[in-house]
Amino acid sequence: MVSRIAFIECGGNSGALYQKDPVAGGVQALHGLVSCAEWTGVRLADVLDEAGVDPKAQWILAEGADAAGMSRSVPLAKAMDDAILTLYQNGERIRPSNGYPLRLLLPGYEGNMNVKWLRRIKVTEGPTMTKDETSKYTISLPNGKALQFVFPIEAKSVITRPSPGLTMKGVGLYEISGLAWSGYGKIAKVDVSADGGKSWAPATLQEPVLAKALTRFRVAWRWNGGPAILQSRATDESGYVQPTRADLIAARGVKTIYHFNGIASWAVGENGEVTHVYA
Amino acid sequence: MSMPSRLVTASASLLVFSSAAIADGPGLGRVASLDEIASWDISIGPDGAGLPPGRGTPKQGQTVYAEKCVACHGENGAGKPNDQLVGGRGSPSGDPAPVKTVGSFWPYATTLFDYVRRAMPLNAPKSLSDDEVYAVSAYILQLNGIIGEADAMDAQTLPQVQMPNRDGFINFSRTQ
Repeated sequence: MVSRIAFIECGGNSGALYQKDPVAGGVQALHGLVSCAEWTGVRLADVLDEAGVDPKAQWILAEGADAAGMSRSVPLAKAMDDAILTLYQNGERIRPSNGYPLRLLLPGYEGNMNVKWLRRIKVTEGPTMTKDETSKYTISLPNGKALQFVFPIEAKSVITRPSPGLTMKGVGLYEISGLAWSGYGKIAKVDVSADGGKSWAPATLQEPVLAKALTRFRVAWRWNGGPAILQSRATDESGYVQPTRADLIAARGVKTIYHFNGIASWAVGENGEVTHVYA
Repeated sequence: MSMPSRLVTASASLLVFSSAAIADGPGLGRVASLDEIASWDISIGPDGAGLPPGRGTPKQGQTVYAEKCVACHGENGAGKPNDQLVGGRGSPSGDPAPVKTVGSFWPYATTLFDYVRRAMPLNAPKSLSDDEVYAVSAYILQLNGIIGEADAMDAQTLPQVQMPNRDGFINFSRTQ
């Protein structure tokens, strides 16, 4: 058995930020489809090694025991790298809603691929082209093509405090705090802006900083009572820098709801109210 | 189509985590027999691997659809309350939002059989016979104008269906 801490994020988390106008909502409603837990189980590589894998195989199919038999194709390289057949979450047997008795953990990959109620793994030469990896979870581009097999979550971050619903209580010293994560490894740094991205200050990362896990960041901020726009920008250990919303949309368009990882903005009004804006 | 014999199934079931040990490994389980593997194997590959015997026509599928599908997917697959299955051809390249249906978006007809058999109807998944799944798949393909009214779907014909959006997908690489 092995244990590790990993985030699981829905491929559609933050998808509302592809919309033309900012959706009124707080951090939970807009960015809340992500969690982080300690997972314990058996390395999938150990099971596959014991079973023996045909040299022609390059993929696996992971299939759930839910009514729809939800299934996803996963590169064999990922299965052999850090996939875990998990039995425990945070030290207790996985709860029914989270996949009891067995869930496939694919650290860093979009949540849907972390198949719950795992009933079967089939080793295949190519992807099975299941419903969820063709008609769903593909990223429709402006030119009409769709990106397929977009698996890891790119580096992103969001400020959790202050955020909508947490009204500022007057001029003074505040701690800006939030979460950053990347499906490609550890968070290397997080910068925070209070002026909509014109200037940035480095945040402190809460240790231990773990690969493919939520990482808390904090920075002190003296609010002068004027309007401000708070942003955070994550960089992961691969050197990837979280893009602005405008840059992400310039590259990907707005025909999708998946894998939004652009910089999110909270406006602080003179009355202390915090709202979701584009900046 | 000889996939099962070429494949190694490392099943997540108790079947594999039983006591019998394998000499060279840590003794996590035992070899599953081909019959056991086949009894668990419900997935269909894009080349048709795994498709069972049986067949069905669009007309036969219309009967199945009227009885078991129309309540969620609407008359002629028009959708509502659940997914639209028919129409939207060409819309993935249009503006602003693609209408993603089996006809406009799905790249492989085999996925239709795989998904209908494992997941539909919503209130009784895996209750359709293989003939019924072939038939209702044929009906949806015919409604989309992809096959003709006389075209029966079976293990040979279904994988040969050319889906309109077959070339609509790009394998992601991180440099994109």
